[in-house]
Amino acid sequence: MDVKLIIGMEVHVELDTASKMFCACSTSFAAPPNSNVCPVCMGMPGTLPTMNALAYEYSVRAGIALNCTIARYTKWDRKNYYYPDLPKNYQISQYDLPLAENGSFEYELDGETKRVRIIRAHLEEDAGKLLHEELTGYTQVDLNRAGTPLLEIVTEPDFRSADEVGAFARELRNTIRYLAVSHCDMQKGQMRFEPNINLHITADDGKVYKTPICEVKNLNSFRAVEGAITYESRRQLAEWETSGVTMATGNKVNRGWDDKKGHTVPQREKEEAHDYRYLPDPDLIPVELSDERLEEIRGSIGEMPIDRRRRFKAELGLNAKDAAALVEDKHLADYFEAAAAKSKLPEPTAKWVLNEVTAHCNEHDVRVADFPITPHRLAALVILAESGEISRAQGREIFTEMLTSEKDPVEIQQAKGFGQITDESALESVIETILAANPKAVEAVKAGKHQAIGPMIGHVKKQEPNANPKLVREMLLRRIQGM
Amino acid sequence: MRDAITELSAAAIRAKVAEGELSAKAVVETHLAMIEATNPRVNGLLTVCGEESLAAAERIDARVANGKKVGPLAGVPVAVKDNLCTAGVRTTCASKILENFIPPYNATVVEKLMKADAIIVGKANLDEFAMGSSTENSAFGVTANPWDLSRVPGGSSGGSAAAVAARMAPISLGSDTGGSIRLPASFCGTVGMKPTYGRVSRYGLVAYGSSLDQIGPMARNVADAALLLKVISGRDELDSTSVDRPVPAYEKSLDKPVTGLKIGVPVEFFGEGLDAEVESAIRRGLEVYKAAGAKIVDVHLPHTEYAVACYYIVAVAEASSNLARYDGMHYGHRTSETGDLVETFRRTRAEGFGEEVQRRIMLGTYALSSGYYDAYYKRALRVRRMITSDFEAAFKQVHAIAGPVCPTPAFKLGEKMTDPLTMYLSDIYTISVNLAGLPAISIPAGYSKSGLPIGMQLIGPVFSEGKLLRIARMHESSAGLADRRPAVVDGK
Repeated sequence: MDVKLIIGMEVHVELDTASKMFCACSTSFAAPPNSNVCPVCMGMPGTLPTMNALAYEYSVRAGIALNCTIARYTKWDRKNYYYPDLPKNYQISQYDLPLAENGSFEYELDGETKRVRIIRAHLEEDAGKLLHEELTGYTQVDLNRAGTPLLEIVTEPDFRSADEVGAFARELRNTIRYLAVSHCDMQKGQMRFEPNINLHITADDGKVYKTPICEVKNLNSFRAVEGAITYESRRQLAEWETSGVTMATGNKVNRGWDDKKGHTVPQREKEEAHDYRYLPDPDLIPVELSDERLEEIRGSIGEMPIDRRRRFKAELGLNAKDAAALVEDKHLADYFEAAAAKSKLPEPTAKWVLNEVTAHCNEHDVRVADFPITPHRLAALVILAESGEISRAQGREIFTEMLTSEKDPVEIQQAKGFGQITDESALESVIETILAANPKAVEAVKAGKHQAIGPMIGHVKKQEPNANPKLVREMLLRRIQGM
Repeated sequence: MRDAITELSAAAIRAKVAEGELSAKAVVETHLAMIEATNPRVNGLLTVCGEESLAAAERIDARVANGKKVGPLAGVPVAVKDNLCTAGVRTTCASKILENFIPPYNATVVEKLMKADAIIVGKANLDEFAMGSSTENSAFGVTANPWDLSRVPGGSSGGSAAAVAARMAPISLGSDTGGSIRLPASFCGTVGMKPTYGRVSRYGLVAYGSSLDQIGPMARNVADAALLLKVISGRDELDSTSVDRPVPAYEKSLDKPVTGLKIGVPVEFFGEGLDAEVESAIRRGLEVYKAAGAKIVDVHLPHTEYAVACYYIVAVAEASSNLARYDGMHYGHRTSETGDLVETFRRTRAEGFGEEVQRRIMLGTYALSSGYYDAYYKRALRVRRMITSDFEAAFKQVHAIAGPVCPTPAFKLGEKMTDPLTMYLSDIYTISVNLAGLPAISIPAGYSKSGLPIGMQLIGPVFSEGKLLRIARMHESSAGLADRRPAVVDGK
């Protein structure tokens, strides 16, 4: 018997616009219940929606990053169903003319590049939240979230394992963050995953049996997504072995996820086939996208994480782990690139960024954008560290000082007397050369004008930059006095 | 109760108030007195804004006294159809489900009225959620036609028309989805206009058929209708379907006749079912235009016979979705017999909605349901396109199309309530206009032998309101219609 796990993903991304999809209400998180509301998103009588143009643009960006065909003409449709978290009892969404279709998305798993086909991406408004009050038995409705712009991405059922889905989900999240259209903070519900799972079981007699598709809802961590898929693959096999029920029209099930118990659970509501009675929304005008505008938007999208990782590996020689870690945070990667361009030492620069810089930012809760050492200054430190003159520990000390001082690493090194030549014999010949070349200065010093020694120290340092200036001064004086 | 003030036009009131010749307070007082005298028998207004309107009047009088500028409707009483949201004032849509609903916002047109210093004296009765042709579908009692209290005022803006006819206010706002301004205007002997779809913002108009609804003016003369139209028109950021097009000063060039006027008469409008008295009133109206130099030609609107069927799929489909929000969860009536979620929804809506509303919601839900969408809704949209094309072709030959508003004058209360389909056919001449999104106006054309008003309809191409009003004015100024007044106004 051969069991193939088939998974398709539905992803919902809350777009990071200041206002909601169809009204001017704020989308700020954690506001008191029913404070980010207005008559429009409350569905009060006589109110009308007006489209958030930025949300539309953000969605086009995402569609381009998903290699989709972007619709030149797109419209809004009403999806009708009754629920208390949906004030109008219809959701404004897109039905048959989604703004993006027929795309693909690459992600990496264990060094291999994989590809999932994207069926479509469309824009819709989010519903409110229902809070079930244990004590009173009432359910309370909070409409703050109602009307938030939601991008829905649907993939073909191309996934074959929980690991594939995990890798895809992480790559997608990173990509969306790079596009700056959403923060994808899963704990805040800004990115939600719903796997559609079933099994294709090839029995010993060669016949293929398909189990009913199960969609798992309310997953808000990668761990939960992977866990739900793993659990479902076992549950569906066990169920098929007992009941023999196979996939048929209308027997798709919805299940929830119990994070504590680590398994999927049947959903409370009775599952009836929904007829959403879609109709084009007569309150909204269709959107027509010109060629120029589309190209403008396309041009505004920078490099995607997957391409950046590849470039870091191929052109900058970074290993896969470091490349991935840097690219994960766009600001960090930007910082690294600026520093590496200056230092011309990408690998060691990567280590400094991933270790010292990241550790500081994490410990002190500082964003990379606010990190006190500029990429250029860090580059100087990397060069110094790589020169072999100073030890790693000394390097870190200089780093620490650079956090609060504007001084260059070399300045700090000198002040601290790090890694400089302190062996007199190494300096003797240079000192001789300089003394011979500056007879006038020698005479001046002999006559008591000790300041004249300064320029000669400079000359020595020019020849031997790592010479400890104190020692040089001493040696010069001694030699002159002995002359 | 006849009073010199209540006979004044809106324009005249405004002029006198702005000049300080007449106080807005006196204007409002006399109209409130008229309301008190006539409304118990007419039931045109569901809510009377006595205190608020007097306070508003005093504020206007104070500004006039201080030499401050006042708006183009300063001191003019207006009745507003009760499906237009008025902040702080009960807005019921003549439905139990919104019986105590007080919106925290104004409809855009209400904002514009207030900015123009108009004074809202009351909310006018209607068929529940604007679904009807007689105002008999109101949950708060029928409105009686001021010309004959045993007859309907037409619908769905029956209250708005009756209020103007009974001198409760010189002007009012109604809404028109299939004829709901023009039909009551015709039955009540007033002027009533439906603007081009998109001319006036729908924000704050409780939606019925979103692609058909328009708000429009009702008045006792063309000039007042033009003035009110100017005030309420214009692009609104809150309504994506409102058109960004400048609003001409409709009221300024009314007396300029249209030279070389060609009027089309649809052959399909003069067939079976048209009352003889209505037909002769329309023919007399056409003679007036001929005498003024216009050419009258036959035009064809071949898809007229499908208009009612088309409307009763498109409008009800949109309505079934628009009315889904009335579930008792967030505002409005909620059943006291709550059960699980579905039971609560069901009982709330069964208790809150009248029969006609329930009927249309069911029709609309059916038309949109899986397996039927293509056969009904999608097909109806195609027919709609054909009806629009009929008009486009006709307007290549003529400036305006003229015809009856309704096959009959006002019928008796209760007469058409046994068969909804008979009631639906009252809209036969008005409905295709909404499907095509065109502007149209109903003007008084005469009276039946029993003294019932008969209206004539003029239809124009999109955004031709200015010309249409001038054409209407041509008739008004030369038809020499008898200057009558409903008996109820005189306390009879």
